[in-house]
Amino acid sequence: MTALLEVEDLRVAYGKIEAVKGISFSVDAGQVVTLIGTNGAGKTTTLRTLSGLLKPVGGRVRFDGKVLTRVPPHKIVALGLAHSPEGRHIFPRLTIEENLKLGAYLRKDTAGITKDINRAYDLFPILGERRKQAAGTLSGGEQQMLAMGRALMSQPKLLMLDEPSMGLSPIMMQKIMATIVELKAQGTTILLVEQNAQAALSLADQAHVMEIGTIKLSGTGQDLLHDEGVRKTYLGED
Amino acid sequence: MHTLPQQLANGLFLGSMYGLIAIGYTMVYGIVQLINFAHGEIYMTGAFGALAIYTNLPSSLSIWAALPLMLIGGALVSVVIAVGAERLAYRPLRNAPRLAPLITAIGLSLALQQAVFNWYPDAKSGKRFPQLPGGPFHIGSVDVQSGDLFLLGAAVICMLALGIFVRSSRTGRAMQATAQDPDTAKLMGVDTNRIIIIAFAIGGFFAAVAGLASGLKYGQIQYNMGFQAGLKAFTAAVLGGIGNIYGAMLGGLVLGIAEACATAYIANVPGMEQFGGGAWAQVWAFVLLIVVLLVRPQGLLGERVADRA
Repeated sequence: MTALLEVEDLRVAYGKIEAVKGISFSVDAGQVVTLIGTNGAGKTTTLRTLSGLLKPVGGRVRFDGKVLTRVPPHKIVALGLAHSPEGRHIFPRLTIEENLKLGAYLRKDTAGITKDINRAYDLFPILGERRKQAAGTLSGGEQQMLAMGRALMSQPKLLMLDEPSMGLSPIMMQKIMATIVELKAQGTTILLVEQNAQAALSLADQAHVMEIGTIKLSGTGQDLLHDEGVRKTYLGED
Repeated sequence: MHTLPQQLANGLFLGSMYGLIAIGYTMVYGIVQLINFAHGEIYMTGAFGALAIYTNLPSSLSIWAALPLMLIGGALVSVVIAVGAERLAYRPLRNAPRLAPLITAIGLSLALQQAVFNWYPDAKSGKRFPQLPGGPFHIGSVDVQSGDLFLLGAAVICMLALGIFVRSSRTGRAMQATAQDPDTAKLMGVDTNRIIIIAFAIGGFFAAVAGLASGLKYGQIQYNMGFQAGLKAFTAAVLGGIGNIYGAMLGGLVLGIAEACATAYIANVPGMEQFGGGAWAQVWAFVLLIVVLLVRPQGLLGERVADRA
């Protein structure tokens, strides 16, 4: 069975500086795969390249059988690859509901869209309570919920989450991680980039550790959770 | 003649004109952070396009029947030039330093003026423009020309339509998203290049409406009419809050009324006799702009740029 997402020897550079130096990994349908690593490892660069915001200088990406080189971002979304970016990036001067509607921009089934908006409100009740409020007035955690809800509106085949726990309080972080677990239970395929290695490894099927542009270590979430090196470097054990 | 209601009415009509043109400046700035200095010429060429259609229609045709055709002709010219400018002149410079597209815009402005000056028959001095029959109408104590009514009606219709479009349509939402965060808009599946073209096209269309209305109101058009109107409209856009569509409408109105009232009333203030009248109206309009920006630099309806993390 071919994987839903295949990344082969991906290279991405900012001018002369290579941020991603030839990484390869894949994501199967129904899996949760995580990329962990510290700041500057190239995780966000990788996701932004997969969604088309950045152009690679080498390597190949195949999604659902199609090669993604030269495909502009708005067409990649149409193929079923959704990206909830680092820092949330909700549209601050639009309401929560308008943000969600934008997530469904490519869809034409109005009834289905309304149903999915209500499902987002079921998943995140606080969004439902504030649906007419400008998204810029939400707290960090609420914005993260909105960003995830918005990404789900396109009914993606693969959902990429970039640092969903960044800047959140421990309680909020737990809520977000619980939501990801729930999405996983519903069968959503997820590529998760996280600095919170403990949380990410606990729920991932497959995990890759990135360090300055390369993948240093791969394995199942559980394997890496118990790996000596990973524990020392990323889980704060001594 | 110089009664307050009359001046307010004059200001209203003038303001409608500025507002229509200001929309083009503000939409483009809101979406690509570019001051389209050629926009005044898009207004001017729209007027000439309308005139060209009129001149080529059989003279037996009434002005009322000709009007929609003139609008289409003018709009075609303005929109083609506006979209052409985006596609050929501005888009290639989207990642260049900010100064580059600015200079291109100025160059385009000059090129368009000279093109009309040299190639439109007898455009070296003003060209006569047909006017609407009927009027002047007396509404209360106010005298109103047919051209004024056309201008006001067109402005109201255009602005209402735009407001509804931006707030309630899928594309309007996509435009707001593109203005707020183009990369994330792309992640929603929005073709931001197409959205940008639509913004330029709408601005161009509104400018053409203003050009036609201006011709009908004043009875003549000149190759350099875009310069001053463009400057005023740009001022109106900044006054109202650059990037904000309602701001453009409000700024236009405020500027128009300020200009009309300054013409009439400043001279009545003791000691200020020499500072009234038409020549000084422009000065007072810009004084108003400076005062507003000192007190509220983001413009009347502009937002301070501060987003949450």
